[in-house]
Amino acid sequence: MVGYIWAFLIGIGIIYSLVTGNINVINESILTNASEALDLILNLLPIIVLWTGILKIAEVSGLLDKFAKLLRPFLKRIFPDIPRDNKALGYISSNIAANMLGLGSAATPAGLKAMEELQKINKEKDTASTPMITFLVLNTAGVTLIPTTILALRVAYKSNNPSCIIVPAIIATMCSSIAGLTLDYFIRKKKRKWR
Amino acid sequence: MAIISKIILPLFVIVIIFYGVKKKVNVYDTFLEGAKEGLVTTFNIFPAIIAMIFAINIFLDSNVLGFIIDSLSKYIGNINIPLEIIPMALLRPISGTASLAIMNDLFKTFGPDSFIGYLASILQGCTDTTVYVIALYFGSIKVTKIKHALWTGLFADLVGIVMAVILTNLFF
Repeated sequence: MVGYIWAFLIGIGIIYSLVTGNINVINESILTNASEALDLILNLLPIIVLWTGILKIAEVSGLLDKFAKLLRPFLKRIFPDIPRDNKALGYISSNIAANMLGLGSAATPAGLKAMEELQKINKEKDTASTPMITFLVLNTAGVTLIPTTILALRVAYKSNNPSCIIVPAIIATMCSSIAGLTLDYFIRKKKRKWR
Repeated sequence: MAIISKIILPLFVIVIIFYGVKKKVNVYDTFLEGAKEGLVTTFNIFPAIIAMIFAINIFLDSNVLGFIIDSLSKYIGNINIPLEIIPMALLRPISGTASLAIMNDLFKTFGPDSFIGYLASILQGCTDTTVYVIALYFGSIKVTKIKHALWTGLFADLVGIVMAVILTNLFF
């Protein structure tokens, strides 16, 4: 999918500039692009390295687990179909906690483990179960408290107040999570009625 | 609100370090270990960044977007959404790197403290790469019938985009 979009962006860009006689710009663009990518990664690098260092302390000290435990009562309510002592709930809460702190590399393994556990209690193995869908909706709505890459880029472009976007971003992400969960809830309810 | 935004980061740092010291973790060495992992992660995404900056810049430099925006604005008229944000909103659920590359370009053109700069920041922060995550997670356990997972996820993203527009108008 990404491959097609990538090819599409390049294709349409070059063809359009050929048609409009603007090919000089593209020629220059191709030659300077790579160094712009280097600038971008150099802008991101310091804050990402700093933040992964800080978060490693949270991981090793057990703070991340503690944070995940705080989320569990709330998660039990939105996942009524998962048995209480099932491991999946633990993995789900670790995944959400790591995502919230912007720790993507720790979130993915926990998320995949959660899916594995959910698959064990899934009756039809090729079909998504209810808790799987709810988990992915919650996950992809992406509640992030510390958006590291955005902050890094805002600092690099000399923003007067790089962190001022944190609160509106949290509010927006809360709204999208709630909207996603609500829609998921109603779809589930409706399907039950049909049966 | 502005104060909360400024306080979150220092608060996290002090809580994490204090808790680490309390639990007798060697905080300095642990920091270095994590930082090294961050270094590796960042270098691992470098090829993807090059690929996406390459494609996005060719697309943007060709000004085909200007053509599309001009033809669209005849029909849409004057609404309070900068149309430059649309490609970012469309690519965000598919590729985090692509939307990052567009955000980079918007910052370069308009500055991070412009309306578009704020909007792009909130947009990047409030949604995730829905299509990618769903493909990866369901793929890992070989589930092929995903029912309403994709549409619900994309609906949540849409709400995030709308909220980003509303909140940017409200806050800045």
